[in-house]
Amino acid sequence: MKYAVLKKENLNKWLEYLKKKARLYAPRKKENLFVFRPVKDVSEVCLKYIPTILPPKKYYFPQKEKLLKFSIEPFKTAKAISEFEEFILFGVHTCDIAGIQCMDVVFRDGPEDPNYLNRKDKMTIIGIECLEYCDQYANCASMANHVPRGGYDLMLVDIGEKFIIHINSEKGERLVKGLSYIKESGETEMSALERLREAKKKVFKEEFNAPLNKVKQAFNQGFASRVWEDVGKRCVACGNCTAVCPTCYCFDVLDDMDLSLNEGLRYRIWNSCQMDDFAKVAGGEDFRKERANRQRHRYYRKFKYPVDKFNRYFCTGCGRCSRSCMAQINLIETVNSLAAEVKES
Amino acid sequence: MIEREILLEKMKTSPYRPIKARIVEAGMLTDKEKFFRIELEGGIDLHHQPGQFVMVSIFGYGEAPISICSSPTDKGYFELTVRNVGTLTDKLHRLGEGDVLGIRGPFGKGFPIDNMFGFDLVIAAGGLGLVPLRSLIRYIMYNRNDFGNVQILLGCKTPKDLLFGDETKEWMRRAEIKFNCTVDRADPDWKGNVGLITSLIPGVDLNPTRTYGVVVGPPVMYRFVLSELLKKNIPDHQILVSLERRMRCGLGKCGHCQIEGVYVCQCGPVFDYAQLKNFKGECHEKAA
Repeated sequence: MKYAVLKKENLNKWLEYLKKKARLYAPRKKENLFVFRPVKDVSEVCLKYIPTILPPKKYYFPQKEKLLKFSIEPFKTAKAISEFEEFILFGVHTCDIAGIQCMDVVFRDGPEDPNYLNRKDKMTIIGIECLEYCDQYANCASMANHVPRGGYDLMLVDIGEKFIIHINSEKGERLVKGLSYIKESGETEMSALERLREAKKKVFKEEFNAPLNKVKQAFNQGFASRVWEDVGKRCVACGNCTAVCPTCYCFDVLDDMDLSLNEGLRYRIWNSCQMDDFAKVAGGEDFRKERANRQRHRYYRKFKYPVDKFNRYFCTGCGRCSRSCMAQINLIETVNSLAAEVKES
Repeated sequence: MIEREILLEKMKTSPYRPIKARIVEAGMLTDKEKFFRIELEGGIDLHHQPGQFVMVSIFGYGEAPISICSSPTDKGYFELTVRNVGTLTDKLHRLGEGDVLGIRGPFGKGFPIDNMFGFDLVIAAGGLGLVPLRSLIRYIMYNRNDFGNVQILLGCKTPKDLLFGDETKEWMRRAEIKFNCTVDRADPDWKGNVGLITSLIPGVDLNPTRTYGVVVGPPVMYRFVLSELLKKNIPDHQILVSLERRMRCGLGKCGHCQIEGVYVCQCGPVFDYAQLKNFKGECHEKAA
């Protein structure tokens, strides 16, 4: 079975089933925004949502993650997490799945990161394809992440009364097999899917004024561009953009002692290259002192460095950085100004 | 080589877990710098290359990247020299013989020894830059016949900032190397050169195509010393530097040590000038 069909009226039944299989995380409404949360009540799961405040990265790369248990006297170290828990991410947008693919590349690249890989092993991803734009901040079409490009176990597509489910792994297949209410898809559903993809081409248009290879070229040439100064002047160095980014993974390492003052835990916590001491060394030199340099660094970590190294853009097009920026720094505008400036020169 | 494999395997399966180590000797070298000789648990060798660094852990205080200042030819132990500048190094300064530490590493790419065999060497050390360079210098001394002429230039602020005093005096006496030292400001007892390290380079006689220039010091020193070496026509890829960055993980992940697309903890800290000159503006503190 490659494609399956689920009637919408049976969605909650399936969610109940998934909930029993493993810990289930799904998007739900929080005030006027959305968040991924553990599912308690399946009726709260919301599949029509704009990108959640934080991407699901909080589940496979937690804000504060134990690395190590230690004791000083006697000197002892131990794994902080003995067993990682099976979990299902439900209703993940294709942009966020692209984010997970980026993280995979980083943490698999040697030396491997066992904490990440252990979590990743226990993760099942059930995606949902967007049929229209979430809002004006997304640039997923330019990044070609508005359509599924692998990296998931199951992918849901809403074709009206039903969901078509693309089965992309054995792990995924196990979650749909043997259920009376999930059937193999037939001709009618497949042609509906084709029509829908065709219609989508009219909805999603590249958001950048230049194709991606020209954008990359603009980054190759635009290191000294004035764009970075402009962005730097507006940036307030709050670090929102990096916290909400599905492909930002910088961290700091710190120790937390318990009250015995002999035992404790070593954690890694999210850190941001936008913080002023991020690249400062003990001797006092700061290698990215200006906000302009730090913002430029962030953009280059999406559009140039990983492309050179891994042949992969680390912008997923989710639009979170623009959506959450307190200074209204907009990724689409920044990239467009850079591309325009490089074109002129 | 079995023990090296054990070490590597340990690092691979739990790269964040430090190995137990014990300080077997410690002492102040200057007012601010303290020297430590350290043994890994089980007496195994660190198997580092000159120029690499380790992550030193003191539980409850954290971790910091520290250059190794001994040569891999010094067996059974390794040595660190640490300036007291932060929380961890302050605590480290309060430790002494018999105290226990955690060690991860060695990390990074050291000096390309294999490529340097048979070449003449001009080594310029500024201040604390002598610490990583000492690992190279000791290695060269041990394998002296594998290298051509060796000249060492050392610059520091005042005579009392001079590191490894006894050892440098020994270098001065040795006939098979040329050693020159200068201070920015002399005191009444100082009999050597006064002035910046750059003033020593024009006098150096060298054959550029068969010479490696090695420079380690504070960021401000680099541009001046590098331009002097370039004036001597040493090819870009034969000029080596070591860069200081704030490594937190050593695994090319945490992002702190990144210069443009390069993680210094993995691709460095030693770079040649051919690589260095391609960095557009994050190498120096003041670059915008």
